[in-house]
Amino acid sequence: MTPYLEITDLQVEFPTQDGTVRAVQGLSYALPLGRTLAIVGESGSGKSVSSMAVMGLHDPRSTRITGSIKVGGKEIVGMSERNLMAFRGADASMIFQDPQSSLHPYFTIGDQIMESYRAHHRVSRKTAKARAIEMLDRVGIPNPGRRVDQYPHEFSGGMRQRAMIAMALVNDPKLLIADEPTTALDVTVQAQILDLIADLQRDFGSAVVFITHDLGVVAEIADDVLVMYAGNAVEHGPVKQILGTPLHPYTWGLLESIPAVSGTPGPLHPIPGSPPSLLAVPNGCAFHPRCEFRDRVADGLCGEKLPDLVARTADPDRLSRCHLTGPDRIFETDILPRLP
Amino acid sequence: MLLYILRRLASAISVVIVTLVASFALFFLAPTDPAGVICGNRCTAERLEAINESLDLDQPALTQIGLYMKGIVVGRDYVTAGGVVTECSAPCLGYSYTLGQPVTKMLAQALPVTMSIVFGGAIVYFFVGVITGTLAAKHRGSPLDKITVGGSLLINSVPYFVVALLVALYATVLPTSAYHPFLDNPVLWASGLLAAWLTLGLTNAASYTRYSRASMIETLGQDYIRTARSKGISERRIVYRHGVRAALTPVITILGLDIAFQLTNALFTESIFGLPGIGLLTLRAFAQYDLPVLMGGVLLGSVVLVLMNLVVDVVYTFLDPRVRLG
Amino acid sequence: MSTPLLELDDVTMHFRIKGDGLFSRGTNKVRAVDGVSLTLQPGETLGLVGESGCGKSTTARLITRLLEPTSGKINFDGTDIAHLSERQLRPFRRQIQLIFQDPYSSLNPRHTVGTIVGTALRTHDMVPKSGELKRVQELLEMVGLNPEHYNRYPHEFSGGQRQRIGIARALAARPKVIVADEPVSALDVSIQAQVMNLLENLRSELGIAFVFIAHDLGVVRHFCDRVAVMYLGRVVEEGPRDALYEQPHHPYTQALLSAVPDIGVVRGVPPRERIRLVGDVPSPVNPPSGCRFRTRCWKVQDICATAEPELAIPALVRPPAVPESPATAVTPDAVSASVPEPAAAMSGQLTACHFAAPPVAPVVAQPA
Repeated sequence: MTPYLEITDLQVEFPTQDGTVRAVQGLSYALPLGRTLAIVGESGSGKSVSSMAVMGLHDPRSTRITGSIKVGGKEIVGMSERNLMAFRGADASMIFQDPQSSLHPYFTIGDQIMESYRAHHRVSRKTAKARAIEMLDRVGIPNPGRRVDQYPHEFSGGMRQRAMIAMALVNDPKLLIADEPTTALDVTVQAQILDLIADLQRDFGSAVVFITHDLGVVAEIADDVLVMYAGNAVEHGPVKQILGTPLHPYTWGLLESIPAVSGTPGPLHPIPGSPPSLLAVPNGCAFHPRCEFRDRVADGLCGEKLPDLVARTADPDRLSRCHLTGPDRIFETDILPRLP
Repeated sequence: MLLYILRRLASAISVVIVTLVASFALFFLAPTDPAGVICGNRCTAERLEAINESLDLDQPALTQIGLYMKGIVVGRDYVTAGGVVTECSAPCLGYSYTLGQPVTKMLAQALPVTMSIVFGGAIVYFFVGVITGTLAAKHRGSPLDKITVGGSLLINSVPYFVVALLVALYATVLPTSAYHPFLDNPVLWASGLLAAWLTLGLTNAASYTRYSRASMIETLGQDYIRTARSKGISERRIVYRHGVRAALTPVITILGLDIAFQLTNALFTESIFGLPGIGLLTLRAFAQYDLPVLMGGVLLGSVVLVLMNLVVDVVYTFLDPRVRLG
Repeated sequence: MSTPLLELDDVTMHFRIKGDGLFSRGTNKVRAVDGVSLTLQPGETLGLVGESGCGKSTTARLITRLLEPTSGKINFDGTDIAHLSERQLRPFRRQIQLIFQDPYSSLNPRHTVGTIVGTALRTHDMVPKSGELKRVQELLEMVGLNPEHYNRYPHEFSGGQRQRIGIARALAARPKVIVADEPVSALDVSIQAQVMNLLENLRSELGIAFVFIAHDLGVVRHFCDRVAVMYLGRVVEEGPRDALYEQPHHPYTQALLSAVPDIGVVRGVPPRERIRLVGDVPSPVNPPSGCRFRTRCWKVQDICATAEPELAIPALVRPPAVPESPATAVTPDAVSASVPEPAAAMSGQLTACHFAAPPVAPVVAQPA
């Protein structure tokens, strides 16, 4: 399967007065059509920054981007503003965390969807409006003919996010990037939106990048998972394996930190310390100062050499950036007995 | 909406009445001697008493206020000692002590002058300010931006009357300042006000550049601008359609209050350019203890202020759909 | 059963929607909290869960008396503090402390950590002046911060550490109750677990009772002995943690639990019953008549619109006969008369639903 989105050795840096913020360092991944990749990580992991780069949304005056981002064969890094305009919203589109602030408060929902459609189609306002109503209907907004003329503040939070999704999909993009689309919503509404995204993806057959910090959401929506830490991917593979038998101590630490809603509540095992500043990422493996298992690797290797993101088991789809191998990785089994 | 405006008007009237009573108390009950001013140097005691009587100045304070208000609403008759009745039709604000003209008429002549100066100037500074401010925000950090910010700070740091004097002294290419009614000859009207507009426009444009720039920078950092970018629309459209629309709202609020303020404080501009507006009128009245004219000026000022506030609020509902009055 | 430390009795908080100007007539009320009764035993942890607008944060502000309730009683240690004046409240303020959600905005950026925690000590005359620094350092150590960092400013700390400062400040007063309003939801997952463990340790060591408010059902399950579920200003279900999570009887609780994305699914745990609610929470200005959840409930029947269900032990609940006028069903007298005796209420799970049933029951239970 040829990937629709292919990122190779992506670096995103922001030069500041205090030094260079190395937000993404050497990220590589690929995503074919019809699959959902969840990018998981805490704040400052580079999950949002890398996705903004895919859309070409970073201000070139304040950002240094190197490496390659190919979407449907087009190279995004270094693309002219003119070509980016044609690309954004047509080949790839994005939905954001807070639908309240992401919609323009002064324009009607219909206006905003129509604008997106007419940016890429030479059609009359009337045709565009019919299309907007059709999309609102498709994302489950009741009474779309009336709703199309309303303003965002007349919509509830869940309805606004539906409208955002309608706007993002109005040009049938092949790639949808959803940046924490349900974080600002209540759980019962979050469940509706997750169902909707999964449902639309089945229909449209697009590739979806779903950025989240919530591993429960990952379990519900993702085919594959990419775990990021301090600007780099530390683990990549199918959702079942990553959440069931993680290969990287950071993934394991995250799983151990979440209090579950089901099963027997056990004690939480938080990861000690806090994530590093992106101005001064530790040498070697960025996670090693917080890693409980670094002593299992000989010669202090973790503090010196950054491990590669490669397959470390027989399964070629499972990539991990950790020096630990074979029987040393016993943490992978620690999790299983406590499963509900 | 209509109901809201009516309610606001009712509340506005109460504000105006309070202003009226307070200023009446300050001016008319002060230890001044209006009759003496009217009577002049060679004044007899009888004449003084006659004047006092004809102006109802011998009445108790409450009665005077009542008469004054009655004059505004239904008009009022002044009866001189000789039995001559002068009818002052509503809205009657009395007669100027020094010129003998009805105050209403004087204000009605001066108001168009001031309005012409202020609104003309406002158009200049609003458009110049918003355009340069938006450009500066769009190219934030560029030399253009730095020159704009520095220039506007410089202009703002020079006192207004200095700028006005400089324009009056050096901009001799401009037509001579004079007021011609718009309806008589629009070209003369405009050319006579040009110098005043430029002065008012130049100094205030600097402030409006800074307001618009700050507001625009804030707007361009909003999430919905990022959304607009992600839709693939042009940067020009993002700035001028999505950005300006939202960035202008707070600037327009300031504009409304500025216009109200300038309508009542166009003193410098009027006196430097010799334009017979409200500011000049009240200044003269002040110098001559011409209390009815002063009182009329204050009253007009409070009406303008209250009305402009209402206008700003109503305009706001058209700009921002989230704001609903009622 | 011992006497409760804290008892809310039919507490309401209505916010008037303000009109503007001299001649406006604003009469609408937001019924943020509308008849909530809760109890908290010494050392107990009570979780309050619900979606935005359910009134859980308002309840927190009522318990800490940052708000004065519109009506109802808030008994703390035998005293009704609901309407006490600021002066009368002083001795109680010390004993009920609040931890906020946002560790960034709830600390004064111009004060050192020592000053922030020290001020709390001084306000309540906790230690003599000479012992202040020592006590501050003790408190910092207790919450896992370096005691030598007392002269640093909040911005020098990470988000998780700032939340620890907030906790130290709350502990300074040696409170009997800590009301924690979303204390970990602004934190990253790994940091969240650190703060949760800290709170857990403090509770077991110091015996402080907690009212723990969170929208994250996993966090609440982890931390709380008893849980109350709120919806539109009312408690719809309340009970011991395990009973409530495993046998929720109220349709809303069932839907809420079912909506939480569950990580167990990918590890082979059979998926739970999927309940998807339609629509959004109605406005608290104009809540639905009868049962407030009825507009989104799949069990809804005619009676739900006319009679408001009482919070009671489900087995005892029989659908009441339709009252002659809806008003009689919701008078406080009618409610209190039919509430089971406290002992039963304390041990059991209470549900406010005409058709309360465990999740395995048929979707629409017929009234008996």
